[in-house]
Amino acid sequence: MTAVTQSRNIDFLTQQAKRVRVEILKMLTESGSGHTGGSLSAADIATALYFYKMKHNPQEPKWTERDRFILSKGHAAPLLYTVLALTGYFNKALLGGLRKVGCPLQGHPSSKLLQGVEVSTGSLGQGLSIANGMALGLRLGKNPARVYCLMGDGETQEGQIWEAAMTAGHYMLDNLCAIVDLNGLQIDGRCADVMKIDPVAGKWKAFNWHVFEINGHNMEEIVNALDEAEKVKGKPSVILAKTVKSKGVSFFEDKAEYHGVTPTKEELEKALKELA
Amino acid sequence: MGSREQENKPQSTDFSGQAVATRDAYGAALLELGKRNEKVVVLDADLSGSTKTAKFAKTFPHRFFNMGIAEQDMVGTAGGLSLTGLIPFASTFAVFETGRAWEQVRQTLCYSDLNVKLAATHAGVTVGEDGASHQALEDIALMRVIPNMTVIVPSDGFETKQVVDAVAEYEHPVYVRLGRAKVPAVMPPDYKFRIGKAHTFNTGKDVNIVAAGIMVSEALKARDILQKEGIDTGVINMVTIKPLDTDALLEAARNSKLIVTAEEHSITGGLGGAVAEYLSEAHPVPIRRIGTRDVFGCSGAPDELLRLFGLTAEEIVKTVKNFFQGHSEGLSANKLAAQ
Ligand SMILES: Cc1ncc(C[n+]2csc(CCOP(=O)(O)OP(=O)(O)O)c2C)c(N)n1
Ligand SMILES: [Mg+2]
Repeated sequence: MTAVTQSRNIDFLTQQAKRVRVEILKMLTESGSGHTGGSLSAADIATALYFYKMKHNPQEPKWTERDRFILSKGHAAPLLYTVLALTGYFNKALLGGLRKVGCPLQGHPSSKLLQGVEVSTGSLGQGLSIANGMALGLRLGKNPARVYCLMGDGETQEGQIWEAAMTAGHYMLDNLCAIVDLNGLQIDGRCADVMKIDPVAGKWKAFNWHVFEINGHNMEEIVNALDEAEKVKGKPSVILAKTVKSKGVSFFEDKAEYHGVTPTKEELEKALKELA
Repeated sequence: MGSREQENKPQSTDFSGQAVATRDAYGAALLELGKRNEKVVVLDADLSGSTKTAKFAKTFPHRFFNMGIAEQDMVGTAGGLSLTGLIPFASTFAVFETGRAWEQVRQTLCYSDLNVKLAATHAGVTVGEDGASHQALEDIALMRVIPNMTVIVPSDGFETKQVVDAVAEYEHPVYVRLGRAKVPAVMPPDYKFRIGKAHTFNTGKDVNIVAAGIMVSEALKARDILQKEGIDTGVINMVTIKPLDTDALLEAARNSKLIVTAEEHSITGGLGGAVAEYLSEAHPVPIRRIGTRDVFGCSGAPDELLRLFGLTAEEIVKTVKNFFQGHSEGLSANKLAAQ
């Protein structure tokens, strides 16, 4: 049913995540603008979803029983575009057009322009509500598909996230799995300094969610959490994934400056060596 | 509000010739639609008794989602529901639906062109006693500026019923503006609503009044008075404000000396704004706009407020007569309210 090569094999997934990072860095260097840090920090999570967990079919993007992925932190568009391209939704060559006039790869994902993008995002804080609506609709239609929603940690400062968190708890959306990319950084610095979000786990628990706390770069932990989340009944699940912003490129890692800065050609070469 | 009377009447839900609040017609039409179309789901934000979605909720509890007092989340959730092939109607008061959730409407609904119907009630000053905080006078402007959005303002119950049925078949975001107060029936029994099509009652050689919502009945009253005074007057119900029926508008502008717009909304950005924008480029003619003038509403009985803000047939008559007498006096009630 799915045309993607999917596997739970950790070595395979680790290898795919590396490919994903390479493509992200290449496309960002080419475009000269876009979000590096948050695309790299969530690369392992998105890889686990598209190359293992999600039921989807790039040859039939609107297949009704597909699992849905909502990139609530829409600025990580390069990550989404890369996993879509590498799993066969469109030609990889398209990645070079990121952010250029006429290219469907907009700065932030547009569902009207690109196959595989479920809904347009880019304004933070809105994705979880959409995911809830999908989960409710799928449940109503007795559709077994699941919904995944990826958020940034800074993003959870938005009030609408907590309206949606309350909704998912209230409606007991166990076909929904949210993931928070806890890289500790947002644009103006550390989340802890800009606007504290701790205690994170306690907040989600208080909103009636089942909470998983994992290392978001440990593939084993990621796939385990995704599998376990599927077994949780009567509650939505959230995976709180501790990550490092710009993970994989040592000289960009954990620096707020590289949130929205792209690599130079020299930096790209250095980075590709590190990833080789 | 006449809702109890309605409920006692046997199955007559087309509201032809009936004075009824458009929100009541909406509630009844939604229930009917829900019976015919399983894909229709309804969301509300703790105002289902007032928006009249409660009827649907009672009959189809599994297809009704109360979102609590969280309008932004309601709009986003409606978007998600539509993405699974359902047809969500999301209701609350117009102020909250278009104001509190504006960016969700823009980003989530319109940018992705999602099949969601925002049916908002309690638009305009006829909200009455609750006052300015609850009286949307900017909602048409707020919705009209967003690409992919359609804006519809039904004038009576009969038209509302048809609007509900039509928008359910139209796979794009739509804003439907509804009112709290009972309104007279204005549309003829053979009237058929179509999105984007105005209803021209008649074309006047001197003046044509382009009205929407409750102001259609005032425009018709004004026409009768003006005709008696020898001023040939026409009336258009511009039920779809976006996309504007430019054919109907041009026809009226080409054949008369003055266009008057009338709406229970600010003259800035609403129907008057849309008409002025269009005609100033396509066929410049003198225009006078009836509506609120850069002021908030206030508490009071609905008809008292309509008089206070100059949203009456008398105000339309005065405006037209002033024009033809070469006077251009301002609207006194608005000045009064501004003080
Ligand atoms: C509503 C909204 N406000 C502001 C922005 C601008 N913005 C883009 S990314 C970002 C920081 C996001 O931080 P976080 O959610 O932690 O993302 P990550 O660290 O994963 O990149 C901000 C403020 C936006 N896109 N949307
Ligand atoms: Mg972050």
